[in-house]
This record gives sequence, structure tokens and C-alpha cells, in this order.
Amino acid sequence: MKLFVNGAARTVEAAAGTPLLWVVRESLGLTGTKFGCGIAACGACTLHVDGAPVRSCAYPVEAAAGRRVTTIEGLAPNRSHPVQRAWIAEQVPQCGYCQSGMIMSAAALLKARPQPTDADIDAAMTNICRCGTYDRVRKAIKRAAQGGAT
Amino acid sequence: MIRAIMTVALAAMTLTAVTEAAAQGQSGALVFAEKIAPVLTHPRCLNCHTITTFPRQGDERRRHDFLVVRGPRDNGAPAMQCVTCHQANNHTASGVPGAPHWQLAPLSMGWEGLGISTLCKALKDPRKNGNRDLAKLVQHMTNDPLVLWGWAPGGDRTPVPIAHADFSRALGEWVNSGAACPD
Repeated sequence: MKLFVNGAARTVEAAAGTPLLWVVRESLGLTGTKFGCGIAACGACTLHVDGAPVRSCAYPVEAAAGRRVTTIEGLAPNRSHPVQRAWIAEQVPQCGYCQSGMIMSAAALLKARPQPTDADIDAAMTNICRCGTYDRVRKAIKRAAQGGAT
Repeated sequence: MIRAIMTVALAAMTLTAVTEAAAQGQSGALVFAEKIAPVLTHPRCLNCHTITTFPRQGDERRRHDFLVVRGPRDNGAPAMQCVTCHQANNHTASGVPGAPHWQLAPLSMGWEGLGISTLCKALKDPRKNGNRDLAKLVQHMTNDPLVLWGWAPGGDRTPVPIAHADFSRALGEWVNSGAACPD
């Protein structure tokens, strides 16, 4: 089936119900999106389909056919997305494993809510971080919203 | 004399009609109590027909994991909508349930805490049922794919307790008998 991933048309062979996570990682070699739980509980697998965040471990590849898929690799060239720049400025990641999904969720939040309140952040950012970077995540989202990424 | 006989006969016929109507209404109310209410109050339905700012999950009806919220349009928060995780079908690999337009019922259709009689009245009230008349109500409850999910919830989730064919039949019977509500 044909997918559009990070701006490029890609053809993959996979069973219809295969989680999109495995297709992007194993068929397309885009390993920035991570497996955390496999049950849509942690958010590590978050990417965008037609601009909206989805948890790709629970998203069948057949549903992505013909749609625009954006992974962390395609969010912006050279880590130039305001969220990525804010993440670096605030030194958000510790181990980094959850951060691809965290960044994709944050990017989607700022697209929907350019000036998110704490309540907006609480409601949208349900990604799990075992290292506990939540305070810096919040700070970086606010920094990106203010346009002060660097 | 004849007039008196006719008056008595007319009164008897009226009484019979009223009695039959009352019996039909009682029968309809019983159908609602026994065949319709158990579906509407089952967790597969009630978990999304909440009166809270969040959905529920599980047969124990706990608050939905990860503190997901109702959101301004009953479909989750911006960037954390229901469809972020719930797709158009149950997903075997992850176990996440799914159906088209997965979302909460609006607060006006919240059924939590309602007794059967109040639930019945709310169901018929266009202000509380999405502005549906009885025909549209029946259509929604028999055909909407999100409603139908209750009978095929996937995983180890308990489906609603009455077979869909029986439920549909009961709905028709209830409506045709005047859609009476239990006391």
C-alpha cells in the first residue's frame, strides 16, 4: 500500500492491521518513533497522521493509506521546529526514550493551541516519562509558545 | 331505553379501550425496564454516557486511564482527542477498542445516576437525546456503529447483556406500544 511519509510517497507491504509503528520502524527504517507499551498507554509512539497526533502502536497501517504521515524525523529539517529548539534550550530530555513522542504531542498541542494554558498542557500531554521530565516539558512548551526557543 | 343501552355500551367500549391502552402502556414500560434499560445502563454504554468531565472504562467503570478528559466538543482535549488512540475498529494488536466517531455522548445525554424511570423520560426528551424523535432514536440505537460496538467490544470486554436483535425488537415494541416509562 502507498503511504506518504515525511513528504515522500512510500510503498509498503504489510498486513492491514499491522500497527503503523512497526511499518515506519521496520519497513521504512524510521526508528525515531519508539515502542513503549504497545497498548497506547505511554505515548512514546506518537506521530502525526494528516497533522493530528496518533499513537501508532494502536493505529493500523491500512488507516494510513493515502494519508500524510509525519514522524519525528520529518517534523522539521535540522531540529528547527520551535518545539525542538525549546526542548534543547530547556534541556528537557534525560534518557530521551519518550521524547520523540513527547515532542510530537507538544507540536500538535501548539498547533491546536498556540498559547496553551497549564490546563491545556495537562489535558494534552499525557505521554509518560519515567525520568520525570514533566516540569521541563511544561516549561519548554511555554517557551515554544512564546517564540523564545533559543 | 335504547339510548341508555347505547350509553352503557359506549361506556363499556371506552373503558375497554382505556384498559387496553393502559395494559399496553404497562407492557411497554415493562419492555423498557427488562429489555432496554439493562443495555443503556451497561458499562459499554454508560462509560461514554457520563455526567463527568471524563470518560470511564472497564466493567468497574473507573476513570479512564491517563486522565483523558471530555474536552469542549466531547471528543477529547486539543492534541489528545479520543481518536488519538481509538480508531474506527477494535485493534487486535494493541487491544485498544475502536468504532467510527469514537467520542463521549454530550452531557445532555449523560445517564449516570439516573433511575430507570428518569432514564426513560430522558431518552424520549429531544432536549436530552440529540433532538431525536422516537423513529430517529430507534434508528440511532439500532444502526449507529458506535452504539453497535457495545455488542462487539473486543478483547475481554463484556458485551451488553441482551442480543442486538432482541434489543431492536424490544425498541420497536416499546415505541409501538406508546413508549411508556416505568413508574
